[in-house]
Amino acid sequence: MKTIFERPRLEGASDWIPAPSGAAAEAERALGQGLLRDAAPRIPTVSEPIVVRHYTELSKANFGVDDGFYPLGSCTMKYNPKVNEALAAHPGFASVHPSVDPSQAQGTLELLHRLTEHLIGISGMSAVSLQPVAGAHGELTGLLLFKRYFERRGETARKRILLPDSAHGTNPASAAIAGFTVDEIPSDARGRVDIEALRSMLDETVAGIMLTVPNTLGIFEDGIVEITSAVHDAGGLCYFDGANLNAFLGRARPGDMGADVFHFNLHKTLSTPHGGGGPGAGPIAVSEPLAEYLPVPRVVASGDRFDLDWDAEHSIGAVQSFYGNVLVAVRAYAYLLRLGDEGLREVGEIAVLNANYLQERLKGTYELPYEGRCKHEFVLSAKGLANEISALDVAKRLIDLGVHPPTVYFPLIVREALMIEPTETEGKASLDRFVDAMEQIAREAQTDPDLLRSAPHVASVRRLDQTRAARDPVLTYPLDAAEEV
Amino acid sequence: MRYIPTTDADRRAMLATIGIETLDALFSDIPSEVRAAFRPLGLGSLSEMEMVAEVEALAHRNAGATRCSFLGGGIYDHYVPSVVGHLTSRSEFVTAYTPYQPEISQGTLTAMFEFQTMISELLGMEIANASLYDGATAVAEAALMTERIRGRGRIAVARTLFAHVRRVLDTYTWGSGIELVEIPYTDAGSIDRDAIPEDVSAVIVQTPNAFGLIEDLEGLKERIGDALLVVSTYPLALGLLKPPGAFGADIVVGEGQSLGLPVSYGGPLLGLFATRREFVRQLPGRIAGRTVDADGAVGYVMAAQTREQHIRRWRATSNICTNSALCALTATVYLAAVGGEGLRAIARSNLEKAHRLADRLTASGQFELVFDGPFFNEFVLRAHEDPKSLMQRVESEGFLIGGGEELSELGIDGALRIAVTEKRTDAEIDRFVEVLGGAA
Repeated sequence: MKTIFERPRLEGASDWIPAPSGAAAEAERALGQGLLRDAAPRIPTVSEPIVVRHYTELSKANFGVDDGFYPLGSCTMKYNPKVNEALAAHPGFASVHPSVDPSQAQGTLELLHRLTEHLIGISGMSAVSLQPVAGAHGELTGLLLFKRYFERRGETARKRILLPDSAHGTNPASAAIAGFTVDEIPSDARGRVDIEALRSMLDETVAGIMLTVPNTLGIFEDGIVEITSAVHDAGGLCYFDGANLNAFLGRARPGDMGADVFHFNLHKTLSTPHGGGGPGAGPIAVSEPLAEYLPVPRVVASGDRFDLDWDAEHSIGAVQSFYGNVLVAVRAYAYLLRLGDEGLREVGEIAVLNANYLQERLKGTYELPYEGRCKHEFVLSAKGLANEISALDVAKRLIDLGVHPPTVYFPLIVREALMIEPTETEGKASLDRFVDAMEQIAREAQTDPDLLRSAPHVASVRRLDQTRAARDPVLTYPLDAAEEV
Repeated sequence: MRYIPTTDADRRAMLATIGIETLDALFSDIPSEVRAAFRPLGLGSLSEMEMVAEVEALAHRNAGATRCSFLGGGIYDHYVPSVVGHLTSRSEFVTAYTPYQPEISQGTLTAMFEFQTMISELLGMEIANASLYDGATAVAEAALMTERIRGRGRIAVARTLFAHVRRVLDTYTWGSGIELVEIPYTDAGSIDRDAIPEDVSAVIVQTPNAFGLIEDLEGLKERIGDALLVVSTYPLALGLLKPPGAFGADIVVGEGQSLGLPVSYGGPLLGLFATRREFVRQLPGRIAGRTVDADGAVGYVMAAQTREQHIRRWRATSNICTNSALCALTATVYLAAVGGEGLRAIARSNLEKAHRLADRLTASGQFELVFDGPFFNEFVLRAHEDPKSLMQRVESEGFLIGGGEELSELGIDGALRIAVTEKRTDAEIDRFVEVLGGAA
């Protein structure tokens, strides 16, 4: 794949805007040479058709949800309705400067307020902040609320966060940044939190627990109420990672399970696209005791007027420049209006139906380490495949067969893990094709293992050498060399 | 529901395969008291046509979307070539996840590599990551990184950071137990070099600063000993201005919105983060690196992943996972479309228009610049009129200005901040001057 630096160039500057007047040179002189660049940045001038062909070519070397089945576990890669994109790009939303007086942004503020109310309803909790812009950002914000809560209560010894050994990597990383230490709770033989082990870990040094519900094996913690009660009885707080909300949408609410903080991934559950890794949004819902510590500013309503409230004495402060990822909120709100309660319930039902169907169809061919009903996703292991074919080999071969690979090697408690999340936007025909592909790969593991080890065969590149990139990282294009092209 | 392809017959067949009779049976593992407590939103579903009407009605209630803006303060109304949106809205980019499977993510990864190259060049640094959430969290991540490297528990920060950036820095450093020490500004509005404390992990400055003034960074690195120099900056201005890297900065961060993104009521934004190669293992966030495939062909993968949370867990350099990838792609396509020379021309246009407006306003005798120092496209103005009434007057004529409250927090009362970009036409500027009562 060529970079833009290797494409045919033009000389001089393109005329995107009127040429600056002669007064520009005077203003530059007034600044003085010491403040000015010696030369323009070495970014080539390229004609518009070359730019279009270059990035169109790059796009074709990508695979998105619109290209095919994308069962990437824990990521909820559902279809993103096109109308949401059009609304997010509406100049009425996109062209409002964040520093305008609230009177100039009444429509956006009302939308944010309505979305906040809906998220409070979905979570069954007391208050919501839309400010965090990603799941991990929501985690950090939630844990800072924990910190402020214990600071205010004078319980400064509560420095430990407990989390299951199956947790997302962002959970421990967020805890560390919020100034906590981390201890892992073992999973039991059923893939759930070992409640007795948890009880033995609870004491006055524990700030709280972080759980993913359902957990990263796709299993619902059927002892959830027992777990949260035990933590609360010990004076701790409960954080719920909401990455897997698709599993119980329209059926249950984290507030009724004992959550103190719950983060939404709007870019997962509420169908805003992932954009190759962002931007997303990670609003948090909180229980009543934590509401006063939420970030500022907060969107408040008084009659049909909407305002920004900065006045919150005990708030942790701000975690993002302004009011969160507003255009992501527009998409999520549009999606909620389309679905309504009935649609939300159907999303959860079909997401779970699809996962259980795939689990049932595949468990004879691949090892299923934790038996039983799954929720929106499940985890298989590739370790029983013939000729020591790995999860990575399976993943790469799926590319040849037109499917985006599942999440591999996560959660860490399953060897050769293949974490599969179909989402509700796949029909039975698509699921059946995936089963065929997985069965074909299991057969090929016996009959033609080298075909799997050398996969993929049809992508724009063959299997890439990750070790080389880690050992001797080349992170920028050599622009000095480019000038000689 | 049109977003779900499953038919009723499919449902029955799938339930039979699973060996259950009803969808309800799929949820029997959720405790019954939790299920019983469930309450719906009371929300009906709308057709697409009805939903669009409802959401667009909200969009039309944003009066500020159609006004002529002289607002700045870190977020700027720049012209975006049409080609940028066309390319970045291609669904292969929009609907892909983080490129964990590089062989079918070469589009995203190649663009990340281009982005890192362009941002490094623009900021004058050796390496850049593939984006953070916004300029404010980029400053906060820079603070955490310098503390990991130097470990002194204290960081000095110029008072002249934008207020929204400072607020986020305050939250993150409180969370991590780092003490912030403020560096005051001089009468000229610049960082007071004589007041920089010693024994700090880093010194954080912003240029152009919250007054719009370009800080002269010459000799600052030498002045602060072995503390790390962190500079927060405005990337579009660097089409013309000497980049912080050329003054020896250790970390350069910034808000990337000016590179092709709409103002969006402040989100999504784009955090830029660049540093020296020697600090690569301390860098927060994703990075793409060049490698080869099994046939020796060039390709790109996520590099140095052992820093990241999915591998290092609580020892990771940051908790960031989802970032601003599509915004970074937008900046990449924007920079590819305008080119380095084009960016310089755009920056010149900003400089020229802002200076021309400032000259006309001060020439009238009714306004004065609060500071004499060099500025790029934004300046602080004091009027012989109450700023509140002035703001209301220009607002009623269709213009937006502001910054007064933030300036008061910084100790400058009765003033306004005015930003001028290449997008403001001569006719708009003439009319604005007329409304403000400056010289024609």
